[in-house]
Amino acid sequence: MTTSILTYILGIPLLAAVLLVFVPGNYRVIIRAIALAATFVPMVLAIKMFCQFAAVHTGYQFEQQITWVESLGMSYHVGVDGLNVGLVLMGTIVAFAAACCSWEIQTREKEFYILLLVMTGGILGAFASLDLFFFYAFHEFALIPTFIMIGVWGRGERKNYATFQITIYLSIGALLALLGLIALYLQSGAHTFDIPALVTYIGAHPLAAKSQHFIFPLLLFGFGILVSLWPFHSWAPLGYGAAPAPTAMLHAGVLKKFGLYGLIRVALPLMPQAAQSWMQILAWLCLGNILYVGWVAMKQKDLNLLIGNSSVAHMGFIFLGIASLNLIGVTGAVLVMIAHGFLAALTFALSGYIYQKTGTLQISELGGLCRPLKFIGVAMVMAAMAGCGLPGFANFVGEVSVFFGAWQAPALRVVTVLAVWGALIIGAVYMTRAIRNVLHGPVPEKWSKLADATDVWRKLPYALLLVSLLAFGFFPSLLTEKIVPDVKLIVQMANPVSEKPGVVAVTDIRNPKSEISN
Amino acid sequence: MTLEVCVMALGVVLMLADFWLPAERKKFAGYLAVVALAGLLVVSLSGYGTCSLSGTAFNGMFVEDGLAVFFKRFFIVAAILVLFMAVEFSDRIAGGVSEYYSLIVFALSGMLFAASANDFTMLFVSIELITITFYILTSFQRGRLVSLEAGVKYLILGALSSSFMVFGIALVWGTTGKLNFNELAAVAAQFETNKIFLLGVLFILVGLGFKIAAFPFQIWAPDVYQGAPTPTTAFLAVGSKAAGFVLLLRVLFTAVPTVTAHWMNLLIVISAITILYGNLCALPQRNLKRLLGYSSIAHAGYLLLGVAALTASGQSALLYYLAGYLFTVTAAFTVICLVTRHLDNDDVSALAGLNRRSPLLAATMTLAMASLAGIPPLAGFFGKFLLLKAVIEQGPAHPGYYCLAFTAVAGVVISFYYYFGVIRAIYWSKNVADVSPIVLSGPIKIAICVCIAGMFWLGLVPNTAFNLAVQAASALSR
Repeated sequence: MTTSILTYILGIPLLAAVLLVFVPGNYRVIIRAIALAATFVPMVLAIKMFCQFAAVHTGYQFEQQITWVESLGMSYHVGVDGLNVGLVLMGTIVAFAAACCSWEIQTREKEFYILLLVMTGGILGAFASLDLFFFYAFHEFALIPTFIMIGVWGRGERKNYATFQITIYLSIGALLALLGLIALYLQSGAHTFDIPALVTYIGAHPLAAKSQHFIFPLLLFGFGILVSLWPFHSWAPLGYGAAPAPTAMLHAGVLKKFGLYGLIRVALPLMPQAAQSWMQILAWLCLGNILYVGWVAMKQKDLNLLIGNSSVAHMGFIFLGIASLNLIGVTGAVLVMIAHGFLAALTFALSGYIYQKTGTLQISELGGLCRPLKFIGVAMVMAAMAGCGLPGFANFVGEVSVFFGAWQAPALRVVTVLAVWGALIIGAVYMTRAIRNVLHGPVPEKWSKLADATDVWRKLPYALLLVSLLAFGFFPSLLTEKIVPDVKLIVQMANPVSEKPGVVAVTDIRNPKSEISN
Repeated sequence: MTLEVCVMALGVVLMLADFWLPAERKKFAGYLAVVALAGLLVVSLSGYGTCSLSGTAFNGMFVEDGLAVFFKRFFIVAAILVLFMAVEFSDRIAGGVSEYYSLIVFALSGMLFAASANDFTMLFVSIELITITFYILTSFQRGRLVSLEAGVKYLILGALSSSFMVFGIALVWGTTGKLNFNELAAVAAQFETNKIFLLGVLFILVGLGFKIAAFPFQIWAPDVYQGAPTPTTAFLAVGSKAAGFVLLLRVLFTAVPTVTAHWMNLLIVISAITILYGNLCALPQRNLKRLLGYSSIAHAGYLLLGVAALTASGQSALLYYLAGYLFTVTAAFTVICLVTRHLDNDDVSALAGLNRRSPLLAATMTLAMASLAGIPPLAGFFGKFLLLKAVIEQGPAHPGYYCLAFTAVAGVVISFYYYFGVIRAIYWSKNVADVSPIVLSGPIKIAICVCIAGMFWLGLVPNTAFNLAVQAASALSR
């Protein structure tokens, strides 16, 4: 089999990381150039792959499989279908933007770029892997640099506490998920870690209800902790507040989506019965994300904590979409995952810029920044609008689909109504308030001379992320036409027909594309 | 048997060489031993005559099967790496460098016998051969008080545990009249309810628990690890622990399998407590060797997961983990040995600025810590993965296994803290006292590269090694 384009996409950053080890630490320009090139090339490849991806048929494309440990049924298996093709694309774009934004790092650049590239390669590997073992190992591989980056290059007085907390939370989450995945492998009896093979096997021999009810919560809460599901979310705002901007961009934007992707890819189709019974609980927990964390975000006095909390709140919409267990809802969830990846990266990049220039993110000390920082200010306003779910941005498409989907699930109506409140009112309140206090009003004397991002290189990451948000906002069908066929299969597996005939709205959807993209 | 005879002969040759070698050359006798052992390793790998896979000798006391061969190769690799380290360490040893080398080789021969022991007499003799040489190896730096103290502590507690073990053997022999493991296995079922027999088996396990530093026989480990000369500590951590495990496997699964099946709960509890104890006590440590001492207790706990699972997959996972542990721990101790050459203590702060003094050593230590913590793509991750898999596999049989898996996971999370602390000390220490570059000799670079290659080999391409481990473990369930 020829080498898949995906192998290059995830291999280039990792190889570049190894290469950087041998570059002397004082060759700053070369180090930076290597890091930029090693994220730029995968981005170009991912765009190429995205364009070549044939939306018409389901199943995996750009596949490559190399047997690794035969007796355990492990293999290096990469491939994309509609579910992860967008995520891989988003991951590469955010990674390039993060590498661009890393100019703010002034100390120990070599180590920083090595870790950044390792993290990038790990993330992309996790999204491209179709083997449970590699899926997990790549994620773990990306997670460790996160901790180190926050601990070493982090900012703020509570850096150490934040590092400590994020390490413990995320390690526990990841290891719980690992236990779940191992149990899944063992109890399926398929003797393979290959996800497509497992799906086929379990489709023919469903897991016993007892094992489903044991494994599913492990995965739900393991992955849930990784995605900051309420009430296990408290690591997120603090951690992102303390993290250097590129790390926060990559983690909040991309790595965090691993848990959600795992739920959709592994947990829903393989354990449908347990999924049915746990989705109610998930729906109520996601209200905690949307309403409680949204409320907390309204109270924040620090811009980064506000963004961190809003990012946690957005996870609630994705959980709601997953909980709806129907085509529109889950498609919407995938859309929000991609859109929020761009959005989170953009907001953390912007707040990183402001922190770099002003040295503070206390909202009360900022103000009127739109005047000195014209480009950054405009980008910030647009990011906030996207965060409120304004039409035209990719978030709108996703959130609306999530609400349509959730409304179709009769059991989730109450939750949906409450969640819409959270989306429309709470989100708008904290976002507009932040804009007013940070960007508008009189400019304090000390900020009037701030330097804006003027040259193309400085503007590039922000522009790139904004363009992506707008592109998928205006042409969501670029994504939906790819996502829908594969999500349809997953939703069908997650709703065993014999269990609850007619309850779920899979068959009701006549033309999902037109409905989603309006 | 040829292998053991050759190793014994090598030990004697090394001792005799002491008479003729000029004083300044004695140091290099270590390389002679390395070359000889490497030759033996190559011969054993190529399988010329010496290792017929199912032979027994001395009326079944000595068995040469897959498991024995696996461990013999393991011990030889460990001894080679330790000898490299010992050569570097030789300037800190006041008297008799050649004796130091030959004692390492004698300890190795004891381990080789342990790998093949199929009889309680053989078990006891090999254990004593290992332990008594280690008494001397531990207190070899006669001028250092801590080294002597470590030696005395090891002697007292070792003698105590040996006496337990010999008493246990006597009780087992007294009740059953058998010493051979296979013969015992045939009659053990009749004695399952015999309290004296069970007490005997328990006492034997106490002795073995001391060797592997499992709770509640772990008290000696931190002190001895801290005080002993660094090569001794490394050999103690790798060789002596592995010898304990091979004997434990043989006793539990060949000699008294029926009793073992009843002691599932005991094994689960001991494994869980060992993991938690080791990891929690390692948290506040500032002395590197002491920290690794506690971490070795924790790792004994992880390895016991494979024993507690009572399955072939658990045993093969244990073997795989041990192989990874060999490269990882030797790498860590080699770095410590080189870094603390001119220092009195082994405090974590000694590592400060190591990345500027020697990037290779810094990278090695980082990889070793990451592998111990179980981070992909290194050996420790795949090993832990296999152990967890083996434990969860047994989950449906007994819910205790799920609790054990959760405990192991908790232990892993705790361990991140102190392993990262070491990495942080290397790269991000505030006040770096010493920035003089560390010069590495050629041979020690080879040893370090072997360790790194081993960690990556077991983490990235586990297929071959895993199949070897499975094969070796299958010898237990004949």
